[in-house]
Amino acid sequence: MNPLKELWESLLESVAGLGAVTAFLMRLIMHTPRTLLRFDLIVRQIFNSGALSLVIIMLSGLFVGMVLGLQGFQLLERFGSEEALGTAAAIGLVKELGPVVTALLFAGRAGTALASELGLMRATDQLSAMEMMAVDPIQRVVVPRFIGGVIAMPLLAAIFSLIGIYGAQLVGVQIMGVDSGSFWSQMRAGVDLRDVNEGIVKSCIFGVACSLIAVYEGYYAVPTAEGVGRATTRTVVTSAVVVLFLDYLLTAAFL
Amino acid sequence: MNQNTSIVEIRNLDYAVRKRPIFSGLDLDIVRGRVTAIMGPSGTGKTTLLRLITGQLTADGGSIHVAGEDMRTVRRADLYLLRRRMGMLFQNGALLTDLSVFENVAFPLREHTRLPERLIRDLVLTKLQAVGLRGAAEMMPAELSGGMTRRVALARAIVMDPQILIYDEPFVGLDPISKGVILRLIRRLNDALDLTSIVVSHDVQEISAVADTVYLLSGGKVVARGTPQELQSYPSEIVRQFIGGLADGPVPFHYPAPDYFSELLSRGEVH
Repeated sequence: MNPLKELWESLLESVAGLGAVTAFLMRLIMHTPRTLLRFDLIVRQIFNSGALSLVIIMLSGLFVGMVLGLQGFQLLERFGSEEALGTAAAIGLVKELGPVVTALLFAGRAGTALASELGLMRATDQLSAMEMMAVDPIQRVVVPRFIGGVIAMPLLAAIFSLIGIYGAQLVGVQIMGVDSGSFWSQMRAGVDLRDVNEGIVKSCIFGVACSLIAVYEGYYAVPTAEGVGRATTRTVVTSAVVVLFLDYLLTAAFL
Repeated sequence: MNQNTSIVEIRNLDYAVRKRPIFSGLDLDIVRGRVTAIMGPSGTGKTTLLRLITGQLTADGGSIHVAGEDMRTVRRADLYLLRRRMGMLFQNGALLTDLSVFENVAFPLREHTRLPERLIRDLVLTKLQAVGLRGAAEMMPAELSGGMTRRVALARAIVMDPQILIYDEPFVGLDPISKGVILRLIRRLNDALDLTSIVVSHDVQEISAVADTVYLLSGGKVVARGTPQELQSYPSEIVRQFIGGLADGPVPFHYPAPDYFSELLSRGEVH
């Protein structure tokens, strides 16, 4: 076995995989206009991906915010600028933690659900049955799930940041004793529209990436119990790596 | 056989999976208005043949004509139009698990037509009545038994009033009563709705009771063709093995393997 040759082959494989995902994305985008006409299908998927992820997103947001409040307070106290806690927490949440942690949780909660659902539909011939009923499964099943995820993700990230700021306030102001007025006023003065925009753009792009990976893995899952399991695992792992990688690129782009 | 009577016409069909030939030079005709059974030992590619006929797979060589369309060159839009005239019953029913029985049967109507709700309801209830499951309309697929699932899938397959109805192993895993029900439905639907039925199966007894014509496939070719009665006395060893259910014969009991004794005596690893 030649390690160089193997490396080369696995590199080729990854490039081919990336190409396949891109082609799949193009197919989804081509079908999107017609699917938008049936918005009821998309609404149901926003409910599945978004509303059903609310509890985990809100809980995580609260705890992340609380930790941020605690750590931020300790750090800022050293410089005697505890009042800046509001700004620090808000910027950290809106720009970074909100989009990234939400995307990771989204991949774990909604992404796995999408991948396993599609994989099982393939394994139980439901997708073939649709084909036989002259219904395109991409149009009827995949695209609504994809768009639902893309719409749900930024909304979830916004909710995450909101609850996170509340959590930081809970710890910083209520427990550690930062002045409530300066907490909020400094936040209002310190957070730019640019910061919010960065968060929105990031969460939208993460939404596309996570939803795309989930539906791709699910749709092309090997139709066996093992194959569906592997598709679900790969959804989480790939989404996590891609989100963190994209996060670096986007952060650099916004500097 | 001329164009007017056969709705599916397969000539000299070649199909291979990863260079392993499944069919080589297969000829087959499905006659309009009849129940045609396609039988054969497991692994002869019966389901593959169905997928070729329905355009889910494309043949490597030869020709397949279904209702006048050449399946090798048919455009996707035309294929979808053709499929609206076909109904297919999958082995496991393949009901959409997130929809109720009623919505499953209504699915093709909702996707392809803009009928008023009232009419959809009547059509669905009629089809469910035909398979005897009008009372189960509100149930979810997970609550159904295997036989009921298949009957619902059958109702869904006929809801668009197809010309061709395809059954993939309709009897597998069913109890005798459910088998009897499906058997009766195949015959009744075929005659009442004036359609053409293709049944893929390896249940000799059931097929004998329902089919007008039987094709027996083996080794990628048609090895016998005739009415069920003709096949009972067919002068061919493989047909006798299949119909009689004999463990060994032209289809060997053993999967090809190296010599038994030398493999046992050798210290080598499993091949």
